[in-house]
Amino acid sequence: MAHENSRIRVTDINGVMRVEFVDRDILDEASIRRISTELVQRIEAAANPQVLICFRGVEHLSSAALGTLITVNSLAKKRGGQLRLSDIRPSILEVFVITKLNKLFHISDTAEKALEGFGKV
Amino acid sequence: MTASREGHDEGSSRLKEISSELEKFQGHIEGVLAQFDYCAAAQFAMRLSLEEAMMNGFRHGNRQDASKSVEVRWSISSDSATFHVTDEGEGFDPEAVPDPTLDENLEIPSGRGLMLIRAYMSEACYHGPGNHLEMTFRKSTPHD
Repeated sequence: MAHENSRIRVTDINGVMRVEFVDRDILDEASIRRISTELVQRIEAAANPQVLICFRGVEHLSSAALGTLITVNSLAKKRGGQLRLSDIRPSILEVFVITKLNKLFHISDTAEKALEGFGKV
Repeated sequence: MTASREGHDEGSSRLKEISSELEKFQGHIEGVLAQFDYCAAAQFAMRLSLEEAMMNGFRHGNRQDASKSVEVRWSISSDSATFHVTDEGEGFDPEAVPDPTLDENLEIPSGRGLMLIRAYMSEACYHGPGNHLEMTFRKSTPHD
């Protein structure tokens, strides 16, 4: 599933869709819309989608990006899968805590720990 | 438009296009904040708040009408930084925005911009019909 000018890198790790961001800032609305469309397409194409979004290298995140994460989380659950997040730097983790979205998402310190959560390590 | 004098920087900018113009504007403000020794956490707080305020102005205020713009005025010193963000919309009642942190609202994908602004800035208030946001970051607050 190739996407032109994609702002994410997607790799398969033992059935887990691991997603990383190309950009350090996830702020621009057009980019966020493109990321959302691609993720939704990929998740809708998978049965029981296991999705790991790794934030390594990401320095800024807007509320619009949080909205995309919520949409992806709901869709993954609806399709019998799950979403996990990892490698979130402290300044961005604070955004999750302020919005209390740390209660909604499974957040791990590292991708390896998140993969353990999927039972894939 | 910008004017600097010793110990103070102020200016204004009218943005008509969100992607490239906002990035350029944020770059300028980052440079000014660095000049006045605002730490990385303070710069993060203000970048996020400006992003949310401008996005709200374009998306909800101007309803993405390309003929409308969002104006931002700033006044930055070594003690505090104040921003006025004004859109051309009809305004809104900020108190009517549902609390996105309530359990029943956690899975709603929108409505977190204003609460992030309030969390990261020392003060934030709306003027007029609700299309003019004034927000201030003070170094003396626990943010910095």
